[in-house]
Amino acid sequence: MTLSQRSLDHVKSASFIVLLFLAWEVSCVLFGISPIVLPPPSTVISTLIVQMPALWPHILQTLLTTMVGFLLGMVIGVALGAIVGVSRTAYNVAYPLLVGFSSIPKVAVVPIFVLWFGSGTLPAILTALTTCIFPIVVNVATGLATTEPEMEDVLKALGANRSQVFWNVSLPRTMPYFFASLKVAVTLAFVGTVLSETVAANRGIGTVMMMATASFDVPLAFAGLLALALLGILLYAVFAVIEQRICGWANRKQEFAMG
Amino acid sequence: MEAGLTSAMPTSRIAQLENVNVRFGKGSNAFLALDRTNLTVHPGDFVAMVGPSGCGKSTILKLVAGLLRPTEGHVFVAGREVGAERIGIGMAFQNPTMLPWLTIRENIMLPLKIVQPYAATFRRDKRTVFYDRAEGLLAKVGLTGFGDRRPWELSGGMLQRANLCRALVHSPKLLMLDEPFGALDQFTREELWSILQELWMETRPTVFLVTHDLREAAFLASRILVMSARPGRVTEDRQVDLARPRTLETTFQPEFTDLTNDLRRLIVEARQAKEPAQ
Repeated sequence: MTLSQRSLDHVKSASFIVLLFLAWEVSCVLFGISPIVLPPPSTVISTLIVQMPALWPHILQTLLTTMVGFLLGMVIGVALGAIVGVSRTAYNVAYPLLVGFSSIPKVAVVPIFVLWFGSGTLPAILTALTTCIFPIVVNVATGLATTEPEMEDVLKALGANRSQVFWNVSLPRTMPYFFASLKVAVTLAFVGTVLSETVAANRGIGTVMMMATASFDVPLAFAGLLALALLGILLYAVFAVIEQRICGWANRKQEFAMG
Repeated sequence: MEAGLTSAMPTSRIAQLENVNVRFGKGSNAFLALDRTNLTVHPGDFVAMVGPSGCGKSTILKLVAGLLRPTEGHVFVAGREVGAERIGIGMAFQNPTMLPWLTIRENIMLPLKIVQPYAATFRRDKRTVFYDRAEGLLAKVGLTGFGDRRPWELSGGMLQRANLCRALVHSPKLLMLDEPFGALDQFTREELWSILQELWMETRPTVFLVTHDLREAAFLASRILVMSARPGRVTEDRQVDLARPRTLETTFQPEFTDLTNDLRRLIVEARQAKEPAQ
């Protein structure tokens, strides 16, 4: 893919977003939709800007809660994924549990966390953690468990021990799986945080949106949604850049398909 | 049957199988992959193993490489029972398994990172002595200038050349080749035969080659083992005395064609012998 083609794709992507917002704006005006039902994007954006000083602490709260929950989820997820990926027994024992656990809607878990830890930041962190951990565990385990047996044979015949196989083969080949899961997990962590904030908290975007809808301040609720979407994109982009730097080799097809 | 050479000096054995049985699976699914096999291989032998599919050729390879333990019997490599200590065996499969996050040169230098005495000085020598060693090998297989490329930029034939380099970079005493050229076209394959022969003649490692291609076996090997269908057994042990270096012209000589025809007949017999058993 040439550079000009890539920048053309960026232009296309940007204009698609602009078009979508334009269509939203136009239909609000055209069909006379009340701002209490669906505020036009111009109102949402101006609300976000005007209310920013008041919103900022909440945005920060949500961001920090999400990051703490996500980082904890990452650490625990990698540890669990490593155990499950390396040991056949651990895989057989833990996998049904993991699947069962991930099938529980996290909404149902929040009240329990609140019961245990009171309302506020802690249950939000825990909800973010439990929401984002599953894809990390599964991907790390998959990456570790699917090393080509032939590559392992080559190394073992050379006399490599387990740690040499791990550092030279298993770990690098797991990286793309790991980063793919991080991109998903970080957006899921947001879902968890906001979920918990809407149920039991007095700070954070989730709380703001609950209060906004309760007082029919729909533009503010939408401003909260917009802020969440922007934060999500931002964090996704951060991990996409790190991924590209650490394991760009896994994305070779885009660059070399033509060659 | 007695498959080894007679009157061999004990010191001149690099690999030895003694009454080896290998059984896979459990209960009613169990089967004998290798049946009371005896085999003695001398340093510098180029042993090719041919036979119908599933006859245990790769099993012998894995036994000698220490990747598999015999169910019964003993496997000795370089005077020790396998499993005690590894001697840094070079290995190449049909699938080149180059690591995509490394350059071709880094892939080739990987064994130097693992096998002693190279591993001890790897950090110091990887930009000097080892670099030159990798470049030297690349030149010999016709890949000069490809050291900095990534594996996905190379064709299958080029990857297999690099694979040979990786198998040989640490000057192993034992080289295990499991159908290394099986996925290549005829022309590339014949070219790589000559390259492999050349590399082998330089350092004379002991080679175990598993192949389905009888011409490949006859072209490369100094000794050919024909194996029977499951349970695997060495049914024929033949020296190949064709002069080296062998060339494509060699393959048109009557001795060569007679040899491959003989081998073909033996394998057909081995296959038919299996039929009633099934």
